[in-house]
Amino acid sequence: MSEYMIIDGIKAEINGEKNILELARKVGIEIPAFCYDPELSIYGACRMCMFEDERGRLEASCSTPPRAGMVIKTNTAKLRKYRKMILELLLANHCRDCTTCHMSGKCRLQEFAYKFNIEGVRFPNNACQLSPDHSSYCILRDPGKCILCGKCVRMCNEIQSVGAIDYAFRGSKMKIATAFDGDIANSPCVGCGQCAAVCPTGAITIRDDADLVWKALGNPEVEVSVQVAPAVRVGLGTEFGFEEGTNVMGKLVTALKEMGFDKVYDTNIGADLTIMEESNELIHRIKKGGKLPMFTSCCPAWIRFAEDKYPDLLDNISTCKSPMQMLAATVKATYKGEKKHVHVAIMPCSAKKDEAKRAKFNGDVDYVLSAQEVVRMIREHGIHFKYLEESLPDVPFKEYTGASVIFGASGGVMEAALRTAVETITGQKLGNVEFSEVRGMQGVKEAEYAVGDLNVKVAVVSGLKNATEICNKVRSGECDYQFIEIMSCPGGCVNGGGQPFVDAFKRSDMDYKGMRASGLYKTDANMSARKSHENSAISALYDNFFGEVGGHKAHELLHTHYEPKNK
Amino acid sequence: MIEGMVIAGIATGANDGYIYVRAEYPKAVARLTLAIEQATELGLLGDNILGTNFSFKMHINRGAGAFVCGEGSALTASIEGKRGMPRTKPPRTVEHGLFDKPTVLNNVETYANVSTIINKGSEWFKKIGTENSTGTKTFALTGNIQNAGLIEVPMGTTLREVIFDIGGGVRDGGEFKAVQIGGPSGGCLTEEHFDLPLDFDSLSKVGAIIGSGGLVVMDQKTCMVEVARFFMDFTQKESCGKCVPCREGTKRMLEILNRIVDGKGEDGDIELLKELGEAISKTALCGLGKTAAGPVLSTIKYFENEYKAHIYDKKCPAGACQKLKTITIDPELCKGCSKCARNCPVNAIKGEIKKPFVIDQKLCIKCGACLSNCPFKAIKEM
Repeated sequence: MSEYMIIDGIKAEINGEKNILELARKVGIEIPAFCYDPELSIYGACRMCMFEDERGRLEASCSTPPRAGMVIKTNTAKLRKYRKMILELLLANHCRDCTTCHMSGKCRLQEFAYKFNIEGVRFPNNACQLSPDHSSYCILRDPGKCILCGKCVRMCNEIQSVGAIDYAFRGSKMKIATAFDGDIANSPCVGCGQCAAVCPTGAITIRDDADLVWKALGNPEVEVSVQVAPAVRVGLGTEFGFEEGTNVMGKLVTALKEMGFDKVYDTNIGADLTIMEESNELIHRIKKGGKLPMFTSCCPAWIRFAEDKYPDLLDNISTCKSPMQMLAATVKATYKGEKKHVHVAIMPCSAKKDEAKRAKFNGDVDYVLSAQEVVRMIREHGIHFKYLEESLPDVPFKEYTGASVIFGASGGVMEAALRTAVETITGQKLGNVEFSEVRGMQGVKEAEYAVGDLNVKVAVVSGLKNATEICNKVRSGECDYQFIEIMSCPGGCVNGGGQPFVDAFKRSDMDYKGMRASGLYKTDANMSARKSHENSAISALYDNFFGEVGGHKAHELLHTHYEPKNK
Repeated sequence: MIEGMVIAGIATGANDGYIYVRAEYPKAVARLTLAIEQATELGLLGDNILGTNFSFKMHINRGAGAFVCGEGSALTASIEGKRGMPRTKPPRTVEHGLFDKPTVLNNVETYANVSTIINKGSEWFKKIGTENSTGTKTFALTGNIQNAGLIEVPMGTTLREVIFDIGGGVRDGGEFKAVQIGGPSGGCLTEEHFDLPLDFDSLSKVGAIIGSGGLVVMDQKTCMVEVARFFMDFTQKESCGKCVPCREGTKRMLEILNRIVDGKGEDGDIELLKELGEAISKTALCGLGKTAAGPVLSTIKYFENEYKAHIYDKKCPAGACQKLKTITIDPELCKGCSKCARNCPVNAIKGEIKKPFVIDQKLCIKCGACLSNCPFKAIKEM
């Protein structure tokens, strides 16, 4: 027999919901909350989500499990009064420079202040005087905007197991800090930006480099080329009224051209190059007894993480540069123009900003723009994105395969590498190119494939907590994978820290990661060439420029090495 | 207490007991350590107690003096080496407590009562105290009281008996004003409560709590606004900072109280204090926050006129708030020597030699430098 409780007079059937807040949302009642996120542990600190029971007692709905027969109200005179007080208290301690804040229009505090009709704040405010932390290339921290909801701390510790930030000090002096309250750049932060993705205010945002790019675009002495990562094309459409996961690459190319980029290239070429080199490296390691399992190397936050926490596993990481760096190195090395050449990369990622600054990469990528920044630039330029004609990227870096476009989803690199590796090892064409076992949004996926006389065991991991678990197993010899794909952000780059901000309730309401991933898989399915080695532009590149796959020139431009982080 | 904990261990099947004590109480730590050593030597603690197959080990965990670690989930977090911060309930510590195991968590006094109750029987215990508050209660009697110290009385003993019979009345012949009961977040009781029995029900009816068992006696020279400010300063510093009402609300209450005792109170401050106090009490996450406003709300309840005097008349009726004192020169006694004017750091005192000097009240910062320097005792503080 079904069990029910009554919420605001509505009969709500209890179906294993963990808390009243979730159950209320199922019956269409939105209880306000700042610190609640279904992906994170319950914190119960904002006290906005309280409800009143029949005896007039108040409890937090985020931490109260529904019980049969309960009768509660979520919006009474008492609750309204206290919610307004909580908001007034938060606003009194919040730097309210909303007009110059990146989160304006998306800020939960701003939204609630408006919804609850907060007409004035009776307490003095010094929040704007707190000094921000701009030490990181990836994220900016502004303690004056922080409402101490603790989502960033829980994300960094529970989902990412990075542990760069935590609570420090007590009472009204409490703040989010790194160990010893130092700069975030000198902390174990890997720049994944997932903290910014869950921050309800502008307390943690992605660094904005748009002004630097506008400057280059406005300089007639400079040729500006740009590459666009696979996940971006399915991430930013919603900002312009498209359904989540719609591939808007064609319109994006047109927009970038309108904004003044001289050449628009597709990072997918870099991804196809990566597969050529990486599958070759994998086969080499398997056949010649190299270090196994081999880890992928596309994700810069994972690389930072490994350099800091798993220095003993660095030889297990593929020496391949990421698609962004491979394409940038190729673009820069093959540039024949007279003008100074600036290369920009549009990424779903905040950590890519840090990757581009690595000394080993010689500044091949001059600026990295996150998808968020590009959305703002398109708006600033006054482009009606939705109504743009579609256009194609520029030669010679436009032709890509289905294998490369799926890089943006967790499992995509693995699948792309398998398509090429299997055909290379067996010498036979694959009947079905889809490796569905490695698809999906689960944090850990495993599969085993018989490839010729080899048995290839693989794992696909997203989220650094999951990575920690698998790395520990590799370290202790508890697993026997040959190839492991690791992406820092849960679900892969489709959910990267640089993607447009997704509201907390939307994050729990819809599978936006899965929708973006299926946008990429759909594009892949419609391609005629779905394997990197079938990319004729790539063949031409090797024939005319690199020579052999894994050869000398390829090594020089397309490979790198890793160093343990200085402790 | 140790015996009580061992018995609790037998009752619940626990084999480890933890004592959480402030590191700032070295004497308590030393005594506990010694007691555990002695009990272990006698075979009353450790493996196979008294030849049975029951084993019980005791651990002492020294906390770094956080008030909030008196809250169960903050206490267990602190023992686990985590930040002493309360979490939401459910689950309660009896379900998920220390190291995520069901935990029997009690105060010292509770465990200390266990063996007596077992030895003498619950009927005997129930004869002491009142119907719903059985047994005895220890109080820390302190403040302006003749005999200060720890006392143990049957529950239901009246305030009059405690203050006058045991405490010997107000110190130095002073006049009683109020008693703060229940620690930093407890409420104040006044003369009208002298015959109130100290038990859970009676205290809760007047908005007070037994709490930690603190009893601070205050005489007429104590400013009740300053008392409220003092306790708010304490709870604000001891708030863990987690939930919004406690972190931000107590900060704002303290801000208002500070300005009231500084003579900068504004119309509406009492109402705002009440509004904040109510919101914090109703919405805070843990016991600390829920009771943090107690001293303010109860002093407003019983001594609202003192608040009003501070805010509207800029006067402290108890004469305790330095910033609200008026310092004047008695023209009858002043010989016009100018010593006060020469010692005034803000040049607030003016006058002609051999004529009475005058203090400009607008400039005076009430530092008292003139007072201590006047050779003729002509300067008065009111």
